[in-house]
Amino acid sequence: MNRHLISAADLSRDDVLLILDTAAELASVGRPIRKLPTLRGLTVVNLFYEDSTRTRTSFEAAAKRLSADVINFSAKGSSVAKGESLKDTALTLEAMGADAIVIRHPASGAPLRLTNWVSGKVVNAGDGTHEHPTQALLDAFTIRQRLGALDGTRVTIVGDVLHSRVARSNVLLLATLGAEVTLVAPPTLMPYAVEAWPCKASYDFDTELRKSDVVMMLRVQQERMSAAYFPTVREYRRRYGLDAGRMALLPEHAIVMHPGPMNRGVEIAAEVADSDRSTIVQQVANGVTVRMAVLYLMLGGATEEAA
Amino acid sequence: MCAMRPEPVHEGWKAVLSGEEIRRALSRIAHEILERTHGGEGIVLLGIPTRGVYLARRLSQRIGEFEGTPASVGSLDVTMHRDDLRLRPARALQRTQVPPDGVDGKTVVLVDDVLFSGRTIRAALDALNDLGRPRTVQLAVLVDRGHRELPIRADYVGKNLPTAQRERVRVLLEEIDGQDCVLLGERDQ
Repeated sequence: MNRHLISAADLSRDDVLLILDTAAELASVGRPIRKLPTLRGLTVVNLFYEDSTRTRTSFEAAAKRLSADVINFSAKGSSVAKGESLKDTALTLEAMGADAIVIRHPASGAPLRLTNWVSGKVVNAGDGTHEHPTQALLDAFTIRQRLGALDGTRVTIVGDVLHSRVARSNVLLLATLGAEVTLVAPPTLMPYAVEAWPCKASYDFDTELRKSDVVMMLRVQQERMSAAYFPTVREYRRRYGLDAGRMALLPEHAIVMHPGPMNRGVEIAAEVADSDRSTIVQQVANGVTVRMAVLYLMLGGATEEAA
Repeated sequence: MCAMRPEPVHEGWKAVLSGEEIRRALSRIAHEILERTHGGEGIVLLGIPTRGVYLARRLSQRIGEFEGTPASVGSLDVTMHRDDLRLRPARALQRTQVPPDGVDGKTVVLVDDVLFSGRTIRAALDALNDLGRPRTVQLAVLVDRGHRELPIRADYVGKNLPTAQRERVRVLLEEIDGQDCVLLGERDQ
């Protein structure tokens, strides 16, 4: 495995399988293990420049279950609000002895910059519209848990692909694992040069639904939308929202995923989100396990300089 | 089984236990366990991956042959509890599988292939602590090669094998290596 986890593309097939198998073993220990002593004495810093509940608490829980010390640093109400740069913040945290920095930042590429300034490991917890590799890992883990395998699994990712780091990481990771990914989005929310991605693209949701094993709904990210990408929410919902009627088109075994937080009634109807096919709650639970596996594999062993 | 295989497979290694001797050692250990635990009431055999798990299964089967019912058996991965984790790159985890009624109040017999420094067993005791509170914990090993670094001693030993620190002991088992035998060799070969 690489020293840092910045992009899902950094992971080879073997790396991904090692992470997923490690997570599976962590999850299989029949009864809830209170705490493992593995990362005792190591410090994990959660450096969050963007609001997040799920990812930050998930990383925090994962680190704590491995007995690491956790420092939460959020930009709001901190020295960042006083104008401190990312570099200076990073050096401060470094001086405090951070063994790993989990960073979320609104600028794509911030985690990669960070790797030049600190000696600890860097984990990307979402950077701008670039990537969110641990989300892709937990999605892959959830698919494997529900459907058994990923090779040849048909995954349809629907919605605001343009702004979605979750979609980018998932396309890369699922392609590494041999799944067939199709992106479905309104033309205005389909990224440029999507032909170069290891996936297919389509504008017709209903046709894709019928042949999907997994449908992954993306959140409509109002906060990143500076222009009008679609006329009205109602029109978006009619063409790209997943409601009970559309869900009925899916094959019997298919599952519905959503990385959260959901806009109920926009991209996903409440009755779909709460149905048996929805893995949304399972994804959150798996998030902790998969992040434990990532932290263990990155921090648990000897730090080999020549990776 | 070693004697039946062509020699080149184990070049530089000396066979110290044959398949037949392993079989006999395990039968003896199974008898000793039954004797010490008064018929094996409430015992759980927990093998330490990789090879300890197969040895635990064999012991359970052997106990079944002697007493009618096989002893409950499981596996205990100690990776996350090791004290030498930071000396090597992170290792893949192995399966931990505890019988459905757990280990609380049971007589747990840890089973491993080779007892050397004792650090694996220390980690196993910690890992076991997270699973519950056994009434007693005992230790069965196929080979005790000495050089303990911690105050740990096995209750059941297949063979005491005097070794030099630099030597290596390899246990091969039918289930994964295709044959049963214990080999002794020099390090770095």
